[in-house]
Amino acid sequence: MRGRFERRTFLKAGIGFGVGLRLADPSIAAQEDPASIRPTEGDLLVRLGDSSATPLGPDDIPLSARPTMAWAMDPADKTVRSGSRLNQLLLVRLDPVTLTPETLSRAAEGVVAYTAICTHEGCDIDDWLADKQHLSCACHFSTFDPKDSGRVVEGPALRMLPALPLKVVDAKLVVAKPFTSRVGFGEPPL
Amino acid sequence: MKTHYRVIVAFLLLAFGSEPGRTQQPAPAAPMPPNLQNYKPVTAERLRKPDDGDWLMVRRTYDGWGYSPLAQITRASVTQLQPLWVMATGVTNGHEAAPIVNNGVMFVATPGNQLMAIEARSGEVFWRFTRPLADDVIRMHPTTRGVALYGDRVFFASGEAVLVALDARTGKEVWTTKVDENKSGYYLSVAPLVVDGKVLIGTSGGEFGIRGFVAAYDANTGKELWKSYTIPAPGEPGSDTWPQGDQWKTGGGPAWVTGNYDPETNLVFWGTGNAGPWMGDQRPGDNLYTSSTIALDVATGRLKGYFQYHPNDSWDWDEVSPPILVDYRRNDRTIKGLINVARNGYLWFLERTDGPIRFNEGVPYVKQNVFSSLDPRTGRPNVDPARKPGTGRKADFCPSWWGGKNWPSVAYSPQTRMIYIPANENLCATMEGRAIQYTPGRNFIGATTTLYLAPGADHIGEVQAWNVDTGKRVWTHTFAKSTNWGPILATGGGLVFSGGTSDRKFRAFDALTGAVLWEFPTSSGIIGQPVSFMVEGRQYIAVQSGWGIDARTMQSRLARLSADFSPVPEGGAIWVFGLGVGASRPSQ
Ligand code: FES
Repeated sequence: MRGRFERRTFLKAGIGFGVGLRLADPSIAAQEDPASIRPTEGDLLVRLGDSSATPLGPDDIPLSARPTMAWAMDPADKTVRSGSRLNQLLLVRLDPVTLTPETLSRAAEGVVAYTAICTHEGCDIDDWLADKQHLSCACHFSTFDPKDSGRVVEGPALRMLPALPLKVVDAKLVVAKPFTSRVGFGEPPL
Repeated sequence: MKTHYRVIVAFLLLAFGSEPGRTQQPAPAAPMPPNLQNYKPVTAERLRKPDDGDWLMVRRTYDGWGYSPLAQITRASVTQLQPLWVMATGVTNGHEAAPIVNNGVMFVATPGNQLMAIEARSGEVFWRFTRPLADDVIRMHPTTRGVALYGDRVFFASGEAVLVALDARTGKEVWTTKVDENKSGYYLSVAPLVVDGKVLIGTSGGEFGIRGFVAAYDANTGKELWKSYTIPAPGEPGSDTWPQGDQWKTGGGPAWVTGNYDPETNLVFWGTGNAGPWMGDQRPGDNLYTSSTIALDVATGRLKGYFQYHPNDSWDWDEVSPPILVDYRRNDRTIKGLINVARNGYLWFLERTDGPIRFNEGVPYVKQNVFSSLDPRTGRPNVDPARKPGTGRKADFCPSWWGGKNWPSVAYSPQTRMIYIPANENLCATMEGRAIQYTPGRNFIGATTTLYLAPGADHIGEVQAWNVDTGKRVWTHTFAKSTNWGPILATGGGLVFSGGTSDRKFRAFDALTGAVLWEFPTSSGIIGQPVSFMVEGRQYIAVQSGWGIDARTMQSRLARLSADFSPVPEGGAIWVFGLGVGASRPSQ
């Protein structure tokens, strides 16, 4: 709701007053910054807060444990894509036999990656319900199943968590494809 | 019946017929409505002594009373109160802002970074302003608590930590000032306060490892005049209460509710939030000046006094609500008072001076099992260690982290000499901490929580009335099946107005007895601050209805415990009530 009408307002104002839209729109400006663009095929993953930016491998992610927070990193120039909070990733390693076929196809040696941004109102998802292996958002307690495409187990979120398909290359976790759907919350901007 | 029908039609037309945000700037050729042409500039004098019919700042007066002397709507006539106009705001989530009214022109801020100027009598929209936000803006509580007026300008604290001055007549930006770095978790939800040509604001972001502050800006230019951090840097007084490394840099202490002001001493009394991360054992020391009231000299921003409600917070008890300035009697003495209803479940009677804040007494107003006693001289609580959660240590405590009263404002009536408190009783919690690492722009909380009802609880929400001279409770109204998140308005007609409940009702209570004299179910739950104003001899009551933010979160937590707590309908609207029939004249 919020995203929709504000963006529409901006377009109207921008056209009406001849403002340079690409420069002035904060979200478009951010999209051009390599640190802010969404993870891209071939990106490596590094732990949040790791100043050495060491690429993570599947064995760095503990099995069935609280998620590891990560950023994507451009392998060419080592740009860590930490310029937008929407790029925060959750990595969870699960027993592959517990994964649905679709999730299994996105997993790399049992490691699955999802956005850390709750699809309800955008809080950071940072709770792990160990018994059911669910992800939970502390803001309004939406719960998501990382074994099943980030499906909403309990609302108020309506939209599943966008997943980031992974593969393993040279023993490192690598982004295989872009996010399965739009990262963020609310309705998509027009 | 007829009136109701008309109101409903107007509501539907506005809800579905208008397109919010499409007309951010009015067409330049449109003639300016007479109300705006004759817009009455707001002077320092008017802020100090507003006309009875105006509501020029968020709590109407600098003392924070939330009291209108208007007395046309009385205990007897309130039963005839009717909605006169209603307007959909076009946005969802929590509508907390007070409609601000200057000489018949109403300014309403809503979620979605939206601000509207409206003819207060008829509901006609003069202009509508929105500011676009980046997709990745950080705002844990995407709301606003209102605007401030000065001269012919309106001041709006925009969510992404930008302060905006608008021309009150046109809704066009005059200046904008970046307040701080949103990417690091600083954001704004506060209603600014204007004192002496300075625009004061406090920051939000306590859950993101910010260093809280109150700051002042030149109303003419937007230039920052001072920025006073709520956490001292090494070497500053109080810095010894942050003995461990750089924790002061990320220690929280936000300031997201507007302070109150004493013109006699030029001190503003501002509340501060809890320290971060949540577990006290991760940041040793008292952690001044978090969970405190601070007294700042408006001329310089210098800290002149403080009172910390509890040291080393470990319960997420923000003490952001400022104390109200009320002189009360004790033992044949009149005390220049500060009265604060704290989130920690205690009601504090303090004393203001030209600097230090003195403790007088503190009493629990809801179940509180964390403090075993207060130091009789200083008011410092003795904390039961079994009730204090820690890292890897679960503790069970009442009131819950949402407190006996959260941010919703109390009101004081000089007629009854009572303060009116929107409280939540019988809510307790467990909390267990875990280690957490600071990352700019990420939650810096480190705790898992559960909410539960105290055994034997027969209600949660309350409106309480306390006599300030006896320090005793006079009446309590309870809500069996609802929490209460409703800020309070007191009026010269002997009435107290408030919403706050999940049944969407707006109510008028007898200020003396607590009897419910009138109620009306609005479009959504009311967590907005009600106000009263007068135009051409007619008294109005206005409030925003729009459930969201923590009221909704609490509801979803309680829904796990009982079927009584189903979701509350959402979607914002402005409601204006008065005696008699219909809006007072057709729109021009
Ligand atoms: S933002 Fe996550 S549940 Fe609301």
